Amino acid sequence: MNGASKWGNLAQYDWTVMSPEFTILGVATLLSLLDLVMNKNSDRRILAWIGFIGILIAGYFVVQNTGQNVVSILNDMYRLDGFANAFKLIFLAGVAFVFLISINYVDEKKNVKYSGEYYYLMLMALLGAMMMASSADLITLFVGLELLSIASYILVGTRKNHIQSNESAFKYVISGGIASAVTLYGMSFIYGLTGSTNLYVMAERLSSVFQGGFDFLVYLSFFLMLVGLAFKISAVPYHMWAPDVYQGSPTPITAFLSVVSKAAGFAIILRIFLIIFGNLVNFDMTNGQQSSVLVDTLGLYIAIVAGASMIIGNTLAMRQVNIKRMMAYSGIAQAGYLLVPFATLTVLMFEQTIFYLVAYLLANMGAFAIIMLVNRDRQTEDVKSFAGLYHRAPWMAIAMTFFLLSLAGLPISAGFFGKFYIFMSTIVHSSYWLAGIMLATSVVSYFYYFGVIRQMYMRPGQTEAPLKVPFTVAAVVLVALAGTIAVGIMPDPVLQYIHHNFPLQQMFQASGQ
Amino acid sequence: MANYFLIILTFSPLLGVLLLAFVPRSLPGTVKALGILATLVPLVLALMLYANFNSAAEGLQLVQQWNWINIPVGDQAIPINFEVGVDGLSMPLLVLTTVIATISAFAALTVNKRWKEFYILFLIVEMGMLGVFTSTNLFQFFIFFEFTIIPMFFMMGIWGYKDREKASMKFLLYNGVGSAIMLIVFVALFILMGTLNIEEIKQLLTSPMSPRNVPDMPGFIPEGLRLGLFLALLVAFAIKIPIVPFHTWMLKAYQEAHPAVIMISSGVLIKIGGYALIRMNAAFFPEWMNQLSTLIAVLGVINILYGAVLALVQDELKLMLAYSSVSHMGIVLLGLAAMNAEGFQGAIFQMVSHGLIAALMFYMVALIHERTGTSNIRELGGLAKSMPIISGILLTAMMASAGLPGMSGFISEFMSFVGLFGTKPIIAAIGALGIILTAVYLLRATLGATFGPIQQKHESLSDAQAIEVVPMVVLLSLVILIGIYPAVLSEPLQTTLQNIVPRIGG
Repeated sequence: MNGASKWGNLAQYDWTVMSPEFTILGVATLLSLLDLVMNKNSDRRILAWIGFIGILIAGYFVVQNTGQNVVSILNDMYRLDGFANAFKLIFLAGVAFVFLISINYVDEKKNVKYSGEYYYLMLMALLGAMMMASSADLITLFVGLELLSIASYILVGTRKNHIQSNESAFKYVISGGIASAVTLYGMSFIYGLTGSTNLYVMAERLSSVFQGGFDFLVYLSFFLMLVGLAFKISAVPYHMWAPDVYQGSPTPITAFLSVVSKAAGFAIILRIFLIIFGNLVNFDMTNGQQSSVLVDTLGLYIAIVAGASMIIGNTLAMRQVNIKRMMAYSGIAQAGYLLVPFATLTVLMFEQTIFYLVAYLLANMGAFAIIMLVNRDRQTEDVKSFAGLYHRAPWMAIAMTFFLLSLAGLPISAGFFGKFYIFMSTIVHSSYWLAGIMLATSVVSYFYYFGVIRQMYMRPGQTEAPLKVPFTVAAVVLVALAGTIAVGIMPDPVLQYIHHNFPLQQMFQASGQ
Repeated sequence: MANYFLIILTFSPLLGVLLLAFVPRSLPGTVKALGILATLVPLVLALMLYANFNSAAEGLQLVQQWNWINIPVGDQAIPINFEVGVDGLSMPLLVLTTVIATISAFAALTVNKRWKEFYILFLIVEMGMLGVFTSTNLFQFFIFFEFTIIPMFFMMGIWGYKDREKASMKFLLYNGVGSAIMLIVFVALFILMGTLNIEEIKQLLTSPMSPRNVPDMPGFIPEGLRLGLFLALLVAFAIKIPIVPFHTWMLKAYQEAHPAVIMISSGVLIKIGGYALIRMNAAFFPEWMNQLSTLIAVLGVINILYGAVLALVQDELKLMLAYSSVSHMGIVLLGLAAMNAEGFQGAIFQMVSHGLIAALMFYMVALIHERTGTSNIRELGGLAKSMPIISGILLTAMMASAGLPGMSGFISEFMSFVGLFGTKPIIAAIGALGIILTAVYLLRATLGATFGPIQQKHESLSDAQAIEVVPMVVLLSLVILIGIYPAVLSEPLQTTLQNIVPRIGG
């Protein structure tokens, strides 16, 4: 194929596969234009609702696309498969929740001044995340990653007059830049070895390179990419930014980082590593046996990252007095749990990851909605701000209890089954030490999750005045609570939906086009 | 109706939860009345179960199963079912659960705040306990098990005495570790056996025809792995029972929690450990149970003597009762270690009997505490003058606990020791020392509280009200009923024990 025919027939591509992305792009553009022409002092809440509707439409398009055969356009740069759809639904749901939480956060003019850009920046971040889920090329993957990252850096710093917000935005930019550089450095080796940026072409060519004596460079690039991408999911060893940034960001943005940004990190990690290293085999000359490099050699290192994240996240979370820092460490630990299926690489690995992400999305969004409400009311982010919440807003306290139980992995909650599901395959895979760490750190996590519960029910608060719950926050909490409990009792429909609509094998299939 | 009987029984406490949710919290009287009435529904159902139970039938009765979760693996799916059933082992414990729940609901009348939440949590715990005993599936067993832990955490932490929060945290973390270990074993068994059904796992593990028992067959489970699973389960349930040295959560909890909460815990919750030892350890790994029976017997003796000696030096009645529970749970272990039918019967009798007696004793102490503001022996004394009924029943309960003939405690200790003397006479002899110590510490505590000179401020205290006497009389009559007519309990047990535990002698 020469260049002309490659790019000559842009019109022939099935552009409808990108309709969710176009919707988000269009709405983001619309919002930025509206923001421009709107009166400087007028209420920007309408922008949030337009954005929310746009997300729903995009979600509708994604659902339309699920269950279809693999389609790839732009010369295999952009793929639509089960993998991409699953992650896109999670991103869209996450951002929809964040929008609803934000509507009552941004209206306070002194906190976030430029509410218009708040919303369209978040849509751009969402677009970046969706690109990361769908890309099959290092270039587009990296563009998506940076689109998400740069939008996030700005969002973290939207509280312009807040010194902590500035500090955390600055920290985030610096460490994010380093992480991106490390990732790119790792990518450059693979590109150098294979001469292509397309993941599938790279996978084809890498075997011979690997056998040809360049295995060291392949391993090096793996480690560099793993370390760099660990940043996005806030896993050890690149987790140090999370507590500071989570603490400094506006709470809805913290929720965004902890769910959408993290899920996007998993999308890119799984996409890159599974495709590039998935078929790589180690050939043992002495006995003529083959072994999968990803499963037998690299899996151990992913497992170490997972184990370290669980241990460090959970133990350090116990010492936190600031609830957002605590949630940051909890998020580090959750990243560890989420890496376990990838480390063990069983047949069910993808379904487990998606199921766990759904459970995590529901619990974390609900929890952050309530955290935002309580912190703003008490004017402090101390865990003690939850004292006596039960007397002030009993339903919020009960909902928060369920979210924390879900994060801790106790029945009856979606988080329990998610953990059970992962734990089961860890035992199947005979990674007993990983299973052991999972359970031991889960018990450790009771300590801090129940610490919050203890504040809500057992400690007297400074005030007994009923807490005012805005409608949108109540809606988020209600949906998240209903989801957490329903999926906890009846995980079957979600399992079946994931199984039938998001088959991982599609990721390795050639497209129809 | 018969098809759904066990499901209705298990979830019947939720009816009360539902009704309570609609009662305004400003009506404490209605809330309390409803809370107590709600426990009567499962009680009646459990008694119906007892009445219709076929003692002669082997195996599980009223078995039902529903498809619950399907874990997709390729084109197939691994099903996790929701399965219920009842046999002679779980039936008495179901009845015990409902009886203790009703009595504890009475004891909860002294709860001084947030009655509505208390009774809601209380009923959820009851549902959890019933679910544990009706489950014939390990996954379901685990979920109901957790259902008892989380509400108990709230009940201990919100309603209780000064140091209640620490006690509830300790309870949660200890039991959390226990259930984590239990979950490892359950998942391992699920993977090795491909099923979570307790009966099927038992068949696969013990039947000589099963490929799991034939070396060189695919799926063969080596002895080492069996031992590991056995020990892990033992540790998990040791925390629950609790076996020394895993007992510290219990001391703290029993000292700080509200009496009604302790009554459920000592009456039923700690029995789950013993129940599971029979249902799983003994049934799944009979050889290891046999080989390690000396270890279990020694653990039992340690429990008995350690608990008794420490109970002897306690001035605090609640702490004395907590150590006494440790000691009495040792007898359950001795009965199990005997590895014969008498011993197992003794163990189950002791579980039921201790459940009734411990609930009664804690109830009495709660009444005393409520009136005098203390439960320290040194600050009490001579209560028989102002409270003759309470003192009298306390003395009777004490005698029952010490194992006086004619009461349930006697039968259970007698059978446990008879069983153990048959197989391990030396250990049994040492353990029997505990009986003497038990009598001493119980006498010391009871006499210290009820005899001697009375303190002036205690002279005009009121005796038990009619409504407070009802639970005492009910519990005492059950204790005496089992004591003089043990067949109420032993008859349903006979056939079941032979079925549950293969290869036990006698």
